[in-house]
Amino acid sequence: MAAPTQTAAGLSDCRTAWAKALAELARADDRIVAVVNDSVGSSKLDAFAKEFPDRLINVGIAEQVMVGVSAGLANGGKVPFVSAASCFLTGRALEQVKADIAYANFNVKLIGQSSGVAYGELGATHHSIEDFAWLRPMTNLIVIAPADPWETAEAVKWAAGHDGPVYLRLSRMPVPDLVVEDRVFRPGKAELLQQGSDVTLIGAGTTSHIALAAAQVLAAQGVSARVLNMATINPLDDVAVLAAAEETRAIVTVEEASVRGGLGGAVAELITANRPVPLERVGFPGFVVTGSADWLFAEYGLTADNIAARALAALERAKR
Amino acid sequence: MHANDPTDLIHEKALWMRRRAFQMVYEARLGHPGGDFSAIDIMATLYFGVMQYDATRPDWAERDRFIMSKGHATGALYTALCAAGYFPEDWLPTYMQPRSMLNGHPNRNYLPGVETNTGPLGHGFPVALGIAIAGQMSGQDFRTFVLTGDGEQQEGSNWEAALNAGHRKLENLTLIIDRNRLQQGAGTEETIGLDPLDDKYRAFGWHVEMVDGHDVAALHRLLSASAKGRGKPLCVIANTVKGKGVSFMENKASWHHGVPDAAQFAQAMEELV
Repeated sequence: MAAPTQTAAGLSDCRTAWAKALAELARADDRIVAVVNDSVGSSKLDAFAKEFPDRLINVGIAEQVMVGVSAGLANGGKVPFVSAASCFLTGRALEQVKADIAYANFNVKLIGQSSGVAYGELGATHHSIEDFAWLRPMTNLIVIAPADPWETAEAVKWAAGHDGPVYLRLSRMPVPDLVVEDRVFRPGKAELLQQGSDVTLIGAGTTSHIALAAAQVLAAQGVSARVLNMATINPLDDVAVLAAAEETRAIVTVEEASVRGGLGGAVAELITANRPVPLERVGFPGFVVTGSADWLFAEYGLTADNIAARALAALERAKR
Repeated sequence: MHANDPTDLIHEKALWMRRRAFQMVYEARLGHPGGDFSAIDIMATLYFGVMQYDATRPDWAERDRFIMSKGHATGALYTALCAAGYFPEDWLPTYMQPRSMLNGHPNRNYLPGVETNTGPLGHGFPVALGIAIAGQMSGQDFRTFVLTGDGEQQEGSNWEAALNAGHRKLENLTLIIDRNRLQQGAGTEETIGLDPLDDKYRAFGWHVEMVDGHDVAALHRLLSASAKGRGKPLCVIANTVKGKGVSFMENKASWHHGVPDAAQFAQAMEELV
């Protein structure tokens, strides 16, 4: 029996949206194929495998050949979507991602499943919190971390139409739907979730809704927070970040990733060189201990209350 | 030799490639001439006797593909592509110069005819496997050839690809191993032994042929024969001599990335006739 796609609390597993979008694309375009490393179930591709048995390439437990093969499939005119646990897709096959996909500029879509600390209890080997830092310097590799089912589906559809390499960082962590009026997916652009004038909170993927909750905590204390959903990590929306530095007095980044070199690192590079304002980077400090994903979020401060506290600390520094 | 012997053209092109590749290395003061020269007879056979391609249409979907997995052997690859008509000869003197299209390792975005970027070892074979899978899925008839070094076989990604190709019974895929028995620092067998390489590939589900990698008639027979109905990918272990054709380079590991001085260059040009 299929797992429910939405919990009683209205939370969704974005893998359902990914698999549905891929199947729709595949029905319309026979160049689209899926490549997996024995990761059919964990990618929610069972229905795809049934509908398109000849268009699912399972290379076995072999990430290097999985990524190399996808470059070859693109050479042969296919549009491969490579779906595997993000820790192995990016870590085990990092040189293939660099040389065969990004540097060679092949039209391949890399889908990192269960990213961040979704496999919390399994330990740091199975966490994927380094991927932003590893992939962000690869200039033509677009890195996107969708925040909810709608954005996941839109990102998958956009990636299929984009002629070039894309890394989509998906999660199995249940997330709520973001409510945005007249919503349009704009790759490379920050999505304004809430306007504000004192501090800017920047989330991506699973943390955008937490940043939004933190803004409510701040509002109760009379602090006006702007909230940005920064789905695209590479290239970063420089304009939105610099506007935040110009128009608000401090910035807090929130990511389900290492704060070294990821979203926080990217924002730090940009504002330090252009318009320094106090910055707090909420995320993981490096390898983290074992625990459930929820427990790790609480333990390392990926919570509304901690984000709000860090925002107040940054605003305090801004006064000096 | 008679007038229609296909090996005449192959020999002529191979000689030109050796002379021109050595000149590139001499002028750039950089390169990998030892491995260029062990591979050149194989490359000349593929480009001037076996493969179907149209240099004016490098994206032709039905073209046979060649992947240079030992990406450092750019002297062999670039002279082959140039001789095949993919780009003019006056590009060759830019080899490894600033902003040259002729990188130290090939880049498909710079140079027509390059199928994928290689350089780090163990990358070309998996990409070739993907191309062969794409061809099979689409019911296309093109063939995919990939050349690896023998030292390169020490990279584990090759064995992932070998396992996959054997499992898929990809008869449109041909792996050629440039078996010169030398890697950068020493012999392959004293570094990490590969023998018996043929048995390894047989065990992985491949049809294996051993050939003298400088006998272009034998290479031509082997590589142009149809593999249809065999139900297995083809592995050609080409026994070669590193530095083949220049007396002082032959079988010397130091010529892996050696650069000739003026006297050595002149001597090589005298020998390569």
